[in-house]
Amino acid sequence: MNKQSLTSKLINAPYIIWSVLFILAPLVMVVYYAFTDRSGNFTWDNITALTAYKETFGRSIWYAVLATLICLLLSYPLAYIMSRSSASKQRTLMMLIMLPMWMNFLIRTYSWITILANTGILNTIFKAIGIGQVQMINTPGAVILGMVYNFLPYMVLPIYSVMSKLDYSLVEAAQDLGCNSRGVLRKVIFPMSLPGVISGITMVFVPSVSTFYISQKLGGGKFLLVGDSIEMQFQSAYNYNLGASLSLVLMLMIIVCMLVMNRFADKEEGAMII
Amino acid sequence: MKKKALPNLYIALIMLFLYAPMAVMIVMSFNGTSSTSVLSGFSLKWYGELLNDRVTLQALSNTLILAITSSILALIIGTLAAVGINAMRKKWVKNAVLTVTNIPMMNPEIVTGVSMMLLFVFVGHMVSSRDVLGFPTLLIAHVTFNLPYVILSVLPKLKQTDKHLGEAAQDLGCTPLSAFFKVILPNISSGIITGFIMAFTLSLDDFIISYFVSGPKFQTLPIVIFSMTKKKVKPDMYALSTLIFVTVLVLLIIMNVMQARAEKKQKAIKQVK
Repeated sequence: MNKQSLTSKLINAPYIIWSVLFILAPLVMVVYYAFTDRSGNFTWDNITALTAYKETFGRSIWYAVLATLICLLLSYPLAYIMSRSSASKQRTLMMLIMLPMWMNFLIRTYSWITILANTGILNTIFKAIGIGQVQMINTPGAVILGMVYNFLPYMVLPIYSVMSKLDYSLVEAAQDLGCNSRGVLRKVIFPMSLPGVISGITMVFVPSVSTFYISQKLGGGKFLLVGDSIEMQFQSAYNYNLGASLSLVLMLMIIVCMLVMNRFADKEEGAMII
Repeated sequence: MKKKALPNLYIALIMLFLYAPMAVMIVMSFNGTSSTSVLSGFSLKWYGELLNDRVTLQALSNTLILAITSSILALIIGTLAAVGINAMRKKWVKNAVLTVTNIPMMNPEIVTGVSMMLLFVFVGHMVSSRDVLGFPTLLIAHVTFNLPYVILSVLPKLKQTDKHLGEAAQDLGCTPLSAFFKVILPNISSGIITGFIMAFTLSLDDFIISYFVSGPKFQTLPIVIFSMTKKKVKPDMYALSTLIFVTVLVLLIIMNVMQARAEKKQKAIKQVK
């Protein structure tokens, strides 16, 4: 017994030491820097300075919510169609959806400039068919488009994986019992796909709310998000303390959002059982 | 037939959306001029220039070195950790360790990057060395964000493995270590391979975390690409991305074909039975 617990301690030691040093200690550092000034004395200044970033936080949340909603609306039918296709088609579609995730996201985002610019591909087409120039680049729409484009696979994959395991005899049973197709969707398919939807939402919302490259390139730097402000403090303004307090608030905000989401998901499941 | 037209149209539209930027990138990589927006003439000169660009090639080899070392380290530590976590008896300890494991996956990447940078800078100040950021810090960061993926793909395989297998092997005269290598490891190898592939690809492609913990001495490809997109991008970046695209496409097609064949074989076996 004693020997066994010693080996188990030896097995666990490397990872536990690693996670204390490189997962927990960095988070402690964020808190430490957020509440100290440059010379290491305690201060509330970094926290009170955040009032100047109210608009930035609001904008980040709003854009991320919109991007998440659009991803959900686009992904849900796609995941459903995929799950009902033949096995070989499912495999090919999965591959096509995952392939962009393996490409450098900076280059993919940058290519959108070529498409959306005032002299870009879309505007050339618009001019040719007589619509005239439409301002697309450097607008909030372009930033949200960039988020949807980059994070769409994160929504499709979890919803698809839940739907492909869904038991379709339940759908048939509901139809036999007199449910119309809208009822089947609302009462059978949607509740069962909810776990996939929830994980998709968190997987899209978290990177969207914290992104910094997309807004700089497609928004032309006019619509700064929280991620941009953090990046600026660390890479050009070198005010680590303010950067840390911004990161701390971003992190807490996301934790609160996730707790609310999980609570919501639990309730929904509970209601289903009743 | 008519019923299928609408779903197919929908899929085609989504694919158009996903692949439009990639098509732009591929077409522009053959551009005759240095513009990334106006196509004029066909040439392969950007591919030639890429082969002579020492910064990019150095960054490419740096990226590969980092991805290989970090995923192997994550594989070793992660597999050990999964075995340890699986054997934990106290539920609260297990839950605590699993919660901590999830942190790098749940936290936004920018926060992970920033928090590690603060730790490295803080420790760097204490030992009063000016530039701590370099290959070691990148390696630590990459191992850290790779670990959860290895652990979470090995753990389910361990749960499926019969607990008594290892004990049986030991009863039959195996030492604990050889019991692990001969009995447990073959059972969890598929999980280890999945975890390794995930770790490797994540490490290859990571930009956000690397951006905060890297120094000027050791730069990876995504970081070089970032500093290039800050100025004007030349088509050689597009040429590079096209090459990566083709490589990934070929790899995925091979994987896909192999998977399809394996499934066919299984079906055939089932039919025989």
